[in-house]
Order: sequence, then C-alpha cells, then structure tokens
Amino acid sequence: MSKSNKDNEVKKAPEPVRGETTAALLRELVSHLRQNRTQLRQEWAKRITEAKLLTAMSQEEIFAEATAVYDNYVEALETGTFEALQGYARNLSERIIPRGVETHEVVGIVLLLRDVLARSLFAKYQHDFALLNRILDAYEPAANRIANTVAVGFVQERERTIRQQQEAIRELSTPVLQVRERLLILPIIGVIDPQRSRQLTEQLLRGIRTNRAKVVVIDITGVAAMDSNVANGLVQTVEASRLLGATVIVTGLSPEIAQTLVTIGVDLTKMNTVGDLQGGIEEAERLLGYKAVPVSALSESSLKS
Amino acid sequence: MDDEIRVSIASDADIVIARQQGRALAEKLGFSATDQTIIATAISEVARNIIKFAKHGEIIVEVIAKSSIRGIRVTARDQGPGIADIQLALQDGYTTGNGLGMGLPGCKRLMDELEIKSAKGKGTTVTMKKWA
Amino acid sequence: MEVPILKQGDFLIATFQAALTDEDLLQLQDALVARVGRFRSRGVIVDVTALDVMDSFAARTLRALAHMVRLRGAETVIVGIQPEVAFAMVQLGLSLEGVPTALDLEEGLAQLMKAAERKGATFRGR
Repeated sequence: MSKSNKDNEVKKAPEPVRGETTAALLRELVSHLRQNRTQLRQEWAKRITEAKLLTAMSQEEIFAEATAVYDNYVEALETGTFEALQGYARNLSERIIPRGVETHEVVGIVLLLRDVLARSLFAKYQHDFALLNRILDAYEPAANRIANTVAVGFVQERERTIRQQQEAIRELSTPVLQVRERLLILPIIGVIDPQRSRQLTEQLLRGIRTNRAKVVVIDITGVAAMDSNVANGLVQTVEASRLLGATVIVTGLSPEIAQTLVTIGVDLTKMNTVGDLQGGIEEAERLLGYKAVPVSALSESSLKS
Repeated sequence: MDDEIRVSIASDADIVIARQQGRALAEKLGFSATDQTIIATAISEVARNIIKFAKHGEIIVEVIAKSSIRGIRVTARDQGPGIADIQLALQDGYTTGNGLGMGLPGCKRLMDELEIKSAKGKGTTVTMKKWA
Repeated sequence: MEVPILKQGDFLIATFQAALTDEDLLQLQDALVARVGRFRSRGVIVDVTALDVMDSFAARTLRALAHMVRLRGAETVIVGIQPEVAFAMVQLGLSLEGVPTALDLEEGLAQLMKAAERKGATFRGR
C-alpha cells in the first residue's frame, strides 16, 4: 500500500515541473523580446517592405502598425490571453481593409514576424541546443495561436465589410416607386432570402409612411422561386402594411410559385392577388377611387372579424 | 458605457421599465430602429411571462460579443412554478391569447437565438440573443 | 398614466402619450367602452403614434376593445402604428386581424366618416 503510493508520487512529479518550465521559458522569451524591441521591430518592418507586403501603406504607417502589433504580440505571449490582440487585429483590419489590403498580406506579415522572432531566438541560444529546443517548443504553439488570431480577425472583418456592401446593393436593387398619389409599386426581381425579405419590408413600411400610401402593388413577376420562408415573409409584409393602413395587392405570381405555395400550405386568402402588374394597378386605382367600390362589399369586409 | 442592466420585475410597471432600458442599451450598441423595437418587444413578452406565471423575477440585458459581431443577451429569470413541457411552450399558440409560455414562439422569431431552462417547481430562465 | 379621451362630434379620440402599463391599457378599454354608450358615439379612434412597443398584451387589449366597441354599435380605427412597431408585431404573430387601421388621425377620421355615411345610406335605403 505504502509502496504503491510512493510509486504514484514519483510518476506524478514531472508534470507540474514541466508546466512551470514552460511558463519560465515564456518569461525568458518575453524579456528577450522586450530587450530587443527596437531592433526586432525594425528588422520586421524591413522584411515587410522587402516582401512587398502592405504596399498600400507608407513606411511610417507600416512602422507604426508594426510597433503596435509587436507590443500586442509580446503581451499575448506573456499573459496567454488574446483579447487585446484580437481587439487590435479587428481595429487594424477596419482601418486597412478600405485601403485594399488583402488577406494574404496580413497572413504574410504575421508569419514574417514569427520568422523574425524565431531567428533571433536561434541567434541567442545557438550555444545551447537543448535550451534552444525547449524555448522553441514553448514559443511555437503560442506563436501559431497568435498568427491564427490575427488572420481570423482580419477575415471576419472583411466578411463584415462585404456584408455591409451587399446590404447597400440590395437597398438599391429594390426601389419603392410612387406611381400615383397614395399608390406605391414594389417590383421585386431576383432571389429573395430572409435578409432581403426583411430589408424590403422595412423599406416598404417607411415608404408607406413618407408617401402616405393607401395601396401598394408588390409585383413578383421577376421572382423565380419561393420557399415557405419567403412566402411567410411576404404574408408578414402584407400584414405589416395593413397595420399602417395600406392595402397590398400582389401581382405576377407565376403558376409554379402559386402551386408551390398551395402545396406547402401557405395561407393565400390573406393576400389580395391579381394576375399581372397592369391589372394590379387598375385594381389599385379602383380601390383609391372610392366610388367604384360596392358599398356592401366594403362594409362587410371591414366589419368582419 | 454601462454594459449591463438589471431590472427586478414585480409589477406591470416594471415591464415598461425593463423594455425601455433594454431599448436604450440596444440603441447605444448601434442596433437599427427596427431591431431596437424588436428587442424591446421581446423583453416585454418575457417580462410579462414572469408577472403572469411567477409573480416576480428579474430581467438582465447585457452586451455580448462573438468574434467580430456584437450583440445583446436578454435573460429573464424567475423562481416560479417552472415549465413542465418546454417543447409545448415553444409551439405556436399565441393566437389563443392564453396558456402556458405564450409569446415565447413569437420571441423566438423576433430574436436570433432563444433558450429555455426550466423544471417543474424550479423556476424558469429564458435566454435570448440578438446579433447586431 | 391615464390616456386622455377627446370627444369630437360623433367620435371619440384616445391619444397614447407615452409607454403604457397593462393597468393603463385596461383602464382605457373600460373608459372608452363606457363613453361610447354615454355619448352615443359612432366611432372611436385610438392613436398609438407615441407607442414604441406593441406587445401581445397591448394588441390583445386593443382587439378586445374594438370588438366591445363594435358590440355597442360603433367602429374603432387604430391609427399611427409606426413602421418598426408594425414590423415587430407581425414577427411576433400579431396582426390585429379584423381591426381597421389607418396611417394617422386624419386618415382615421376620414375612414370613420365614410363608414358612418355608408351606415346612414343603408338605413335610409331600408
């Protein structure tokens, strides 16, 4: 019993020691990088220029960013936390993306820094090969994680920018047109996804308010396909417009789409549909010219609950 | 910037306070006018559930982040009777105008994520997220 | 906070001033239904322009209000729902089905006037 206990103690012992060693090695590494900050930073900036990376930026700008990245890099190595670096990477990306900096450039400069630092470690510890190996073992995973953090931050920021631009294009692609007083037309062309569906609903609702529209014709002749999500979105658009006091007429429902809607069980009774845009506008004008509306039909529909 | 608000919910006036403060935080975060309204509406619904089923509880609204995207998390917590059947609570039944978990399916549509933790007699925690 | 109710000819106009509690809403419902009888009003306008959130309780109360008012022989029009509010409402599943709506007070009054004319015409026609 006591013997096996002893055995366990012996077996367990190396682990915590190794953990402490890694921390100690990283501490040594960090102090080395702090001491040689000026020289290593310059070396890195030089290598960036030589590799023709960040060509959209001036020497001074590259040096300023290099300094900030360097300091954040060392801090991440020291603390093992990546939030500050992540925040900086995001901020940097925000500034350089509009200037046309590409993903490969950002990945390139981080890998260069990794290389510059690794070389300096070689130079410093080459007299003691075992120590050099241990230092590199401690450095490598941290350096990889840092490179990953910066690159992922950049790619995400880029995607966000692209999303924003897509949104702007979408807004332009669905115009809300006023054709007569109090009558709006919303011609939808192309693919409707949930995001676009939401965006055009918001646009239409604002349009109803500013133009004091009473009738809206939504023409979907240019919509090739419709699934249940899109169809339900359309129903919601119709309902929301009514809440603002406007009647919606949907035109241009193709036979295929009509069939799909019936098959997937979308309630079309809530929708006022007319064959084509021309017919829809005629119907809208009839609704706007009150005399043509049969009194009984209107009072019944408005009283029904 | 204050990144977290806590409103204790004990009367219907607290519902109004919770949704107004939630909206203010959403506005600070740069959510669009529509999203602000959506968040305020969802807060109103879960706060009302607290009053209705548990009498009192708490609403917490916090700023959260997922990589480069920021968002808002609404937590509605109470020590009430709990929800026996969460699946049922999330079924669309709002048109009936009453019943357990009313408004939750709607909140799920309003927000990007919705999660319910509850057990009978152990209270209920509803967590909702909306990304900017 | 109480909602002021204005009497204008045959119509009653209730204008929401700010965010209302459930209590306020129920109070408004009672007050309007009572006054429709007392003033023999033909129409009610509920102006919700100042309302920044319409949740399920508010929508249900307004719907019940409209139905009760109808049972007392008058028509209700909800006016001034903001675009953002309308958007959130339909996402939540609230469409105020069966309750007439209009863009604003002016439109609501025009709508009630027309409904009153139609009713008058029907009576005369009989």
